[in-house]
Amino acid sequence: MSRPGSSPDEKGVSQNGDPGGQCPLFTNTLNAPVSPETRLLSAFARDTQARKVDLAGREYYSEEGKPFELRLVGKIKQQLSTDPTLHPEYPSSLGLREFTRKATEVALGKHSRAIVENQVLGVQTPGFTAAVRLGAELLRCWYDLSADWCGPVYLSSPCDDSLAGIFQAAGIQEIREYYYWDDKQRGICLERLLEDLESAPEHSVVVLSASAHYPTGADLSQSQWAVITRLITSRRLFPFLLLPTQALCCGDMERDAWPVQHCASLGMELLCAQSFSHCFGLYGEAVGHLLCVLKQNSVLLPVQSQADKIVRSLWARPSVGGAHVVTTVLSNSAHLVEWQGEVKHIVERCMLIRAILREKLRLLGTPGRWDHLTQQGGLFCCTGLNGEQVEFLSNRRRVYLLPGGCLNVSAINCRNLDYIAESIHLALTSSL
Amino acid sequence: MVPQAAPVAVFKLTQDFNNDQFPNKVNLGVGAYRTDEGQPWVLPVVKKVEKIIVHDDRLNHEYLPILGLPEFRSSASKIVLGDNSPAIQENRVGAVQCLGGTGALKIGAEFLRRFYNGSNNTKTPIYVSAPTWENHNAVFSSAGFEDVRPYRYWDAEKRGLDLAGFLGDLESCPEHSVFVLHACAHNPTGTDPTQEQWKQIAEVMMRRKLFAFFDSAYQGFASGSLEKDAWAVRYFVSSGFEMFCAQSFSKNFGLYNERVGNLTVVARDADNLKRVLSQMEKIVRITWSNPPSQGARIVTITLTSPELFSEWQENVKTMANRVLLMRSQLKAKLQALGTPGTWDHITNQIGMFSFTGLNPKQVEYLVKEKHIYLMASSRINMCGLTTKNIDYVAESIHEAVTKVQ
Repeated sequence: MSRPGSSPDEKGVSQNGDPGGQCPLFTNTLNAPVSPETRLLSAFARDTQARKVDLAGREYYSEEGKPFELRLVGKIKQQLSTDPTLHPEYPSSLGLREFTRKATEVALGKHSRAIVENQVLGVQTPGFTAAVRLGAELLRCWYDLSADWCGPVYLSSPCDDSLAGIFQAAGIQEIREYYYWDDKQRGICLERLLEDLESAPEHSVVVLSASAHYPTGADLSQSQWAVITRLITSRRLFPFLLLPTQALCCGDMERDAWPVQHCASLGMELLCAQSFSHCFGLYGEAVGHLLCVLKQNSVLLPVQSQADKIVRSLWARPSVGGAHVVTTVLSNSAHLVEWQGEVKHIVERCMLIRAILREKLRLLGTPGRWDHLTQQGGLFCCTGLNGEQVEFLSNRRRVYLLPGGCLNVSAINCRNLDYIAESIHLALTSSL
Repeated sequence: MVPQAAPVAVFKLTQDFNNDQFPNKVNLGVGAYRTDEGQPWVLPVVKKVEKIIVHDDRLNHEYLPILGLPEFRSSASKIVLGDNSPAIQENRVGAVQCLGGTGALKIGAEFLRRFYNGSNNTKTPIYVSAPTWENHNAVFSSAGFEDVRPYRYWDAEKRGLDLAGFLGDLESCPEHSVFVLHACAHNPTGTDPTQEQWKQIAEVMMRRKLFAFFDSAYQGFASGSLEKDAWAVRYFVSSGFEMFCAQSFSKNFGLYNERVGNLTVVARDADNLKRVLSQMEKIVRITWSNPPSQGARIVTITLTSPELFSEWQENVKTMANRVLLMRSQLKAKLQALGTPGTWDHITNQIGMFSFTGLNPKQVEYLVKEKHIYLMASSRINMCGLTTKNIDYVAESIHEAVTKVQ
């Protein structure tokens, strides 16, 4: 059967049967099950009501309701586009050295003993998920290969719904949860968290949020960290820290990275996945970093060579655009000051929204405790609403939260604040 | 104890070159295009488009969708399959924006391991050409495939394609095996099947139910013509194959550092396509989740604007022509010097790389005595040649061939 016009052979292409004459190759491929988050987003997209409100997005939204680029970042991008020294070359698989150096410094602090004693490896990755994936893959060869370590990995309950899949894709099948968010307390329940970790087998990996926990916004205090690090050390567990929105919690790079610095100062080995998407408004640029703090300097080269090997079969090398911007800002004190100013504005706005929302709910007489709104920081917070109430909000009020009842604080603005407060109030007071 | 991974040869080569103090040293192991001045080249059209992007106020600053920029995916697929591709018109072509060509191979490999030839069939043989780009092996093995094997390809004696061997392996391999095919400008040999030979290859693959996974990293860069360099891919599509094509825009756009790749999927029908993409999205979600936008935006804007598109084609021709010039000059000089052996393969081969056919001792001579760096396999990158160093290189090859046996 010949196809006029498309056939490269004028005489016509003879085929064995009709197009795709053999059985379709992928008939066994079912449509992928839709994650609750995706279902939510599609529902929101299909919702034709003008009054719909999406509180489930991941980015920081400005008062105008859109993710935006920091002014400084826009300026720097323009500068970089006319920089004659930037060449189109393959970056190393581990990324730009200046970038990894800076990313390591902002997580550990410039004078960290681990840096001074050369026990640190930094790898630039295309985004946060990629950093977690690389870390997960590295874990497989971290321990003695003959023992073929395959878990378990402990994730907080709740956590980002893609985390389990990332570790499993890296070949680590055993994923467990540790108790974290307690609805009644509207915060972390340390006793139950410790119970779960006490019973973890040696060499288990524990994934902990360094700051601005996603999706609850509830973070461990410094004294809680002290207790946990003691437990990690005595039970020989391995900490994998998450730092996706550094500086957006306390407005300060260092304060948000305190847990990483604390663990490193205790001489612990650890992995830390970082992202610069949020704090630079570089969402589309996939700027991530995996920090490895090792016990001894002697394992640095082997770990580096394994990381290089793994990266080559995943994405080969990271993209450089966003990393150049971050490096430029972090390397220049004038830029740093300007950048910190813009970040402070973001953080203050989030804090203000939290305070106003809490006040509105109080004035409405909404049942439940809302102190946690202002006690927590960062972009996300957990309302404590249950499944039915979350559905009520989406079905009856067109207000979309994450399935667990958490929401993105920055998506609240002066235009929708009253409506949202009323909706939460109704969800909790209407008989369902 | 973390075991040290084996070092990658080409990077050691670059390191040694960098450390060499010899003033006339030549690096024929580079992996990127170089101008006649030996410099990397930002394509003029890319510079133009970068300015457009940086001054565009209406740009969306959100995370990209997991599958990537929709306009990028469709324009990239069109470029390899052709505007009038019936498969596109029949709505059975889709794509995933990936982190470079490697990323596209990765996602395709991960999908195949899960859903091709039964579920999670890690025993399906994956055939890569002998020789091939060293990373092919790593990508498929790390995706879980246990059996990555070579198919005969390069005939060292005749310095050309071992078609009989290739067809022989196609006839004798297990049904449903996956074959990684180089769309054009085979890396590292520079030797491509002719159109007639591709037809023979396709016939056997269709009959024996083998899966075609194209790797297209040099479209336009090889011959200077986008259509010509995509002929094999388009032929397979028109023959009715369901197949993948991993595209890279690193070389033909000079966007090495922005990681712009596209995995084009040609499925049986729209429904199948939908299922495949939905599963690929899940795979991407746990690999890098959202791809970077910069490179994809540059490519999209260029491909979808007629003026910029022509300018890009001119830029690509500039690169391809310089390579063709170096090839013909090198061959001419070797013939003029009376260097023993035949050197037709230098102009018969195409693309960035050439298998010179020098033996390991001769290669060592070039590296150690003449400070000319090339792979132990005798592969050279034509882009490392310039009008200034070509005489030195030709003379050195002459010396190596006559002095060292």
